[in-house]
Amino acid sequence: MKKWLPFILFVVLAAWVLSTLRPRSETGFQIGEFAKLPVLMNGRFQPFDSVARNSLLQIRQRQSVVWREEGRTRRLSAREWLVEAMMRPERADARKIFRVDNVELISLLKLTEDQKYYSFAEIQPLHEELNRQAARISKIEAANRSSFERQVMKLYSAVNLYQRLKTSLKPPGVDDLAAQVSEYEKSIGPGVAAWRAREAGQTFDQEAFHRLLGLMSGFETVSRVALPLVVPSPHPEKGRQNWMNLGASLIDALHHDGVHPAAKQYATMVSAYRADQPEAFNRAVAEYRGWLAGEFGPELAKAGWEFSFNTLQPFYRAMVIYVLALVLGLVSLLAFALAPALSETLRRSAFWLIVLACVVHTVGLIFRMALEGRPPVTNLYSSAVFIGWAAVILGLVLERFYRVGIGLIVASVVGFVTLVIAHNLAVSGDTMEMMRAVLDTNFWLATHVITITLGYSAMFVAGLLAMLYIVLGVFTPLLSGKPVARGAHPGATSNPAPAKTAKLEVGPVLSRMVYGIICFATLFSFIGTVLGGIWADQSWGRFWGWDPKENGALLIVIWCAVMLHARWGKLIKDRGLMTMAIFGNIITAFSWFGVNMLGIGLHSYGFMDAAFKWLMLFNATQLAFILLGLLPLRVWRSFQVTTPAPADPVSPAGGKKTSPAAAGA
Amino acid sequence: MLDRLWKVLTSLRLTAVLLALSILLVFVGTVAQADEGLYTAQERYFKQWWVFGISFFGHRLPIPLPGGYLLGMALLVNLLAAHIQRFQWTWKKTGIHLAHAGIILLLVGQLVTDLFSRETQLHFYEGETKNYSESGREYELAFISDVDEELAEVVAVPVASLTAGGEVRHERLPFRVRVKKVWRNSEPSFRAPAQEHGPPLTTNGIAPHFDFRPVPEAKTMDEKSIPTALIEIVGANGSLGDWVVSGWAGDDHLVSAIRSSYGRQMRSAQMGDAIARRLTQPQTVSAGGRDYSFTLRPVRAYKPFSLTLLKATHTTYPGRPDIPKDFRSRVRLQNPETGENRELEIYMNTPLRYGGLTFYQYQMAAGEMARQAGATPSSTLQVVRNPAWLTPYAGCLIVAAGLTFQFMYHLVGFLSQRRRVA
Repeated sequence: MKKWLPFILFVVLAAWVLSTLRPRSETGFQIGEFAKLPVLMNGRFQPFDSVARNSLLQIRQRQSVVWREEGRTRRLSAREWLVEAMMRPERADARKIFRVDNVELISLLKLTEDQKYYSFAEIQPLHEELNRQAARISKIEAANRSSFERQVMKLYSAVNLYQRLKTSLKPPGVDDLAAQVSEYEKSIGPGVAAWRAREAGQTFDQEAFHRLLGLMSGFETVSRVALPLVVPSPHPEKGRQNWMNLGASLIDALHHDGVHPAAKQYATMVSAYRADQPEAFNRAVAEYRGWLAGEFGPELAKAGWEFSFNTLQPFYRAMVIYVLALVLGLVSLLAFALAPALSETLRRSAFWLIVLACVVHTVGLIFRMALEGRPPVTNLYSSAVFIGWAAVILGLVLERFYRVGIGLIVASVVGFVTLVIAHNLAVSGDTMEMMRAVLDTNFWLATHVITITLGYSAMFVAGLLAMLYIVLGVFTPLLSGKPVARGAHPGATSNPAPAKTAKLEVGPVLSRMVYGIICFATLFSFIGTVLGGIWADQSWGRFWGWDPKENGALLIVIWCAVMLHARWGKLIKDRGLMTMAIFGNIITAFSWFGVNMLGIGLHSYGFMDAAFKWLMLFNATQLAFILLGLLPLRVWRSFQVTTPAPADPVSPAGGKKTSPAAAGA
Repeated sequence: MLDRLWKVLTSLRLTAVLLALSILLVFVGTVAQADEGLYTAQERYFKQWWVFGISFFGHRLPIPLPGGYLLGMALLVNLLAAHIQRFQWTWKKTGIHLAHAGIILLLVGQLVTDLFSRETQLHFYEGETKNYSESGREYELAFISDVDEELAEVVAVPVASLTAGGEVRHERLPFRVRVKKVWRNSEPSFRAPAQEHGPPLTTNGIAPHFDFRPVPEAKTMDEKSIPTALIEIVGANGSLGDWVVSGWAGDDHLVSAIRSSYGRQMRSAQMGDAIARRLTQPQTVSAGGRDYSFTLRPVRAYKPFSLTLLKATHTTYPGRPDIPKDFRSRVRLQNPETGENRELEIYMNTPLRYGGLTFYQYQMAAGEMARQAGATPSSTLQVVRNPAWLTPYAGCLIVAAGLTFQFMYHLVGFLSQRRRVA
């Protein structure tokens, strides 16, 4: 069992990850097949599935609709919801999807207070009022809006988004779209002839003219309101990006006296869905896919890949595995002195789980890069994913050097927390949004952004190690000079050391780790900051403009310099370095998130009040750790009993000797 | 005594204190930008020896802080002193020395940039040729008289040097200029003919058609202060009259903004045009047998070459007209001195470096929006003269080399030691 536990856990979780890739057979409407169809939205090709997930995230902050009905919990996935909203809006209107938390907003819209989510039907009666408020608030700068005003704008844009989606594939009030489109196609010839005659002042066919006009008016509404561009470019050779929305394409048919085949297929799908005819719906989807494969193979394939990425949810799965690994790692650390053998088994299990999670995380990163055609970090969301990834690698490397489980705890904590942050950042919409002109350069995204983000990663790893040092020091005897011998473990180590010589002292090990990682952070933060300056010089002629984001990066560099110089000057010892490294967390968080909340400067991503609350909470916890670290050493459990400590044999700090007994500042 | 001072100057303790103070300054200066605006905060915290009183999340605190210049200079002195004291060449120290040398270069480079760099803007419409760029913030009062067909003589006085109650004299001007009022920032309003107004500032030139009133100075990077002055021109035989001169009338950018704003307000482009013409009508005086026209215009920097805007392109992403994908100016560069005459493109992240200047794509009014408004597409280039522009590149390279060397040195040492232990 001891030998096999890591292996079993690894296999079980790997199977869980891979299970999502197995195609699921769909009975009834093949919504999954529909959701793989490519559309052009937000300036990029994506499957309906992404449109559905991102829209529902913005509206409901979840990727599915869940409600209770007759005592049972019912669930609609994002894509099922989108299909219903686009094709059968009268039913979707009753779904409780709009999240409203603000009490003032609830009373403004005269909603009942007992629920969290409201339906479009409930909001509609006071829709005018919402528009009026939004028109006023839109003139106020985003940073100066009150909480009520921000909620109004949020609901306003959610309602707006919903209304545009529900008018994307079907004109309001039309039931059998396929019939209408075919009637329209027939009436184009006579109708246009009548129109021309009328323009020329001749007698014209009144009936044909008005029939065409009547049919067009619905399409015209769709052409103005519809969001995704669903109909492929009529002349791909002239431009693959000239896709149209359904309404525009139908009106464009006047010039070609023929409706685009894609528009016909979509009309068939809408009619079949409304008439509850799954076979007809599935056939239309399959036929359309077949048609796309001819001329629009690359777009179809891209949408298919993105669909797989969405269903794989690599970051979510990695997140779950990190938590499991964290639990195992913590137990292993606690069992360190009591049951060394169990501790080692758990440590190895955690190690292999983190390796698995890291692989999934890496696959996700590479998948995203391929879909976007960009380096890994393009916005705040992807910076969180990347910071976590780099920290996990760093943690695994540390674990490889010092097999005490500390690297594992670091890897799993940072991996988990950053993915949670990323998950919450994704709520604001499409995380693969296009880059603004000044940012549209893969060279600088790949150099400046990556190095600066690696610097953040290292700072967080150092800060977390320092927190561990303080917690272990204050609450456990692990830091002290009681060397714990750990035997050779076949399979787990490549250079098994005899039990008698491999004495691991957690205190000096941690101190060496923190020092080394701060050096690493200094290197990357400095180079990243200067590269940023050079980018700024390239793009707007100013190497340094004291912009908040630049200053944030500079703060990290200077703080690293302070720590290193203070240590070289012997102004601080281990404990001082640890508390300073924890303060480094606050500075890094300010640089990463805080400056964006100032709402000024060229780098700001807009105000995020929820994030602000979390940032303050984070800072408070860090200060608590610092205070804990400043407790007198005699109350630290690790230093209560003075044991003769062996001199530190290895120190990358340039020969500085540290011994646990003299670890205090 | 001197010994102790030297000891302090070379100490690592001083380094740590100075760096800690720098952290404080950068943090405070960053947060203050929310209250004071990026531009003012820069001037008040970083380009300063001392800071008196700081803004902190909407509160004004009477705390003094050493400014950016003082800290930068002190760090430089500390760094140099420490190196003089402790310099010894060993492999182990090579990386550290390199890194510090690079930092010295960066600090000095930034100081030189601060002192000598100059940013101006070149705004032109498609088809227009310009051989000068204009300051974005400073204005000058310019008197222009034609010497002959080809040549005009210009006497320009910076607005910053005008003070209310002061007087301007120049040997090339046959008159004195009395400054009656100067407003650092002002707003114009059209005196519509059919409406009630107070008395105009003066009865000459543009004043009967336009009123100006003082407003607080601009704070943020996006706003700028536009000055207006009331002047009296006094010739040899007494006053030649009072005149209003304003940046609103002498700055093409602002005039076109007024034209379109009134055009929208009156729902008639023609009306907007007519009102703008009132604002830009030439103001002149005759003295000493010559006509002098005068205007308050952005300070100009002339170049020995000219640029012609051939085409301004602004593209967006399909389905997202709000996200700009590309800004691009196709220009013709002509230099009569060297006989150069060539076309080139200036776009985001790809500036033109020429004649000691760098031209960056800055702003653009082109693309769908401009076409719909019926405006001629135009482009604005940021023109930067920075003699120290290469220092950050060199400095970065040196520091990076130093840090990498040091890091690798220790890493290799660490790994080989581990191997030995194992």
